[in-house]
Amino acid sequence: MDIVMTEAPVSFPATMPRRRVLGAYLEEARSECLRYMRSPSFMLPIMLFPAMFYLLFGVLMAKSNGADAARYLLASYGVFGVMSPGLFGFGVSLALERDSGLLTFKRALPMPPGAYLIGKMIMAMAAAAGVVVLLLAMALTLGHVTLAASQAAALLLVGVLGVLPFCALGMFVGTLFKGQGAPGVLQLVYLPMSFMSGLWFPLPMLPKFLQQIAPIWPSYHLDMLALAAVGMNTQPLLGHVLVLLAFAAGFLLLAARRLRRHG
Amino acid sequence: MPHAEKPIARLAGAVKRYGSLTALDGAELQVHPGELLALLGPNGAGKTTAIALLLGLVRADAGSVQLFGEDPQSIEPRRRIGVMLQHAELPPTLRVGELLRLTASYYPNPRSLQESAALAGIGDLLRRPYAKLSGGQQRRVQFALALCGRPELLFLDEPTVGMDIDARQKLWAAIRQLIDEGCAVLLTTHYLEEAEALADRVCVMSHGKVIHEGTVETLRARVAQKRIRCRTTLPAELIRDWPGIGEVRQENGRTYIVTAEAEPVVRRLLEADPQLGELEVQRAGLAEAFTELTRDADEASTNPQREAA
Repeated sequence: MDIVMTEAPVSFPATMPRRRVLGAYLEEARSECLRYMRSPSFMLPIMLFPAMFYLLFGVLMAKSNGADAARYLLASYGVFGVMSPGLFGFGVSLALERDSGLLTFKRALPMPPGAYLIGKMIMAMAAAAGVVVLLLAMALTLGHVTLAASQAAALLLVGVLGVLPFCALGMFVGTLFKGQGAPGVLQLVYLPMSFMSGLWFPLPMLPKFLQQIAPIWPSYHLDMLALAAVGMNTQPLLGHVLVLLAFAAGFLLLAARRLRRHG
Repeated sequence: MPHAEKPIARLAGAVKRYGSLTALDGAELQVHPGELLALLGPNGAGKTTAIALLLGLVRADAGSVQLFGEDPQSIEPRRRIGVMLQHAELPPTLRVGELLRLTASYYPNPRSLQESAALAGIGDLLRRPYAKLSGGQQRRVQFALALCGRPELLFLDEPTVGMDIDARQKLWAAIRQLIDEGCAVLLTTHYLEEAEALADRVCVMSHGKVIHEGTVETLRARVAQKRIRCRTTLPAELIRDWPGIGEVRQENGRTYIVTAEAEPVVRRLLEADPQLGELEVQRAGLAEAFTELTRDADEASTNPQREAA
């Protein structure tokens, strides 16, 4: 008798029209953006650290080295700023929500698969765009950097898409550590990686060994793209794009496997 | 027990192990359309795991788990349920209205924002950020999120923890209203009066198994103890020798008797002591029935566990 279904007392289709499914994705992304834009403890460090560093090293101290230094550092501090919404917005929030029961609750609800991760991704991309726009504004006004509109747009694009590999890395760390442990671990990834990729000081100023191993860091490759966007790197870019894609796909797969196993 | 309708949620021989711990050990559970089933049991009995299986949060190691005849890990059957979990911290900076709007967007045919808010009694909280609410208000918001999708089956995990008496009564009324509309409810609670007030059927779990299933009445009847209280001059030793007497004690000039069948004892009491006064007969509450059942199960399970170890 198990196969025979009786009519449900109230009958309406449990299937969802495609438009409503899409609507659920949009709502998720909207909520995710709203909740973090309203959270100063999340937004302030993301915006202020790159802005402060750029003001100090890119604008005030770079005066003697001319506009090229300000232009060069716009790209590197842009990358530095773009990494953090990916690592922290994605990684820390995932770690916290696995701990607080929110992820469990969402998994029990009929949330469309992927809406949770795509929502966080869009939030990270929006925050990355915010950081790049802030740095661009400082460069153009305070730093006296001259950029064509197409160059500024290219840097914005590099920032918005460049956040994705760091989302994947953050997500992986978020699946390894629950709750408050994740922020510390991510700092240990974020700060040394930024330094060793030449985001704080140009690579040629770093020890030879660090210069040689720089290509293992994804931030190095993103920096190459950002430098190209502002017209300071004329080398071929395809290799860097492929490395970043592979990096994002690799960590996404690792994270997805851990999430499926451990929840 | 044959049932006219097919169950909308079902565990059949469900087994779930976490390492060496067996959280569910062949649990049988059925929820039928429109009924309120209360799941009772001490901590660690397997209630949470049973719920987690039915919500598709974990996969059973053996046995079958069905929600509306389907695997709860697929999204379609979950579009017909509402969920209120015991531990879920919602995003603190989102407003109540935004939380409702987001959750409703997951469902094919949700209630309007106003309707959900009115049912849960949070109409005045819609513009408030979630973090600014009191614990009881937050529970009410979680209840609103559970019902906003117009579910046919509602999972309520300890819904009234942290609520004062007034808020609890209001939530009970709202639950009854949903049941009147044809919604089924699977309620886990450790407030027995909550099960007594709401449940059509109760399931008592212990050590990963369902050890009793039936109406509140049959659960009480299963431990058919009655308590007699009276003021009498008869000595306790005398009453203790009567047939069918469980326990007799005297305190502050009153005599307390526990028996399986009250009527013959009362008749005999009145015959033996015409001066007897302040007579009171009470049926054992669900609490006593429940304690007795789980104690029996504890005793029964000690031996096989030793073998396993």
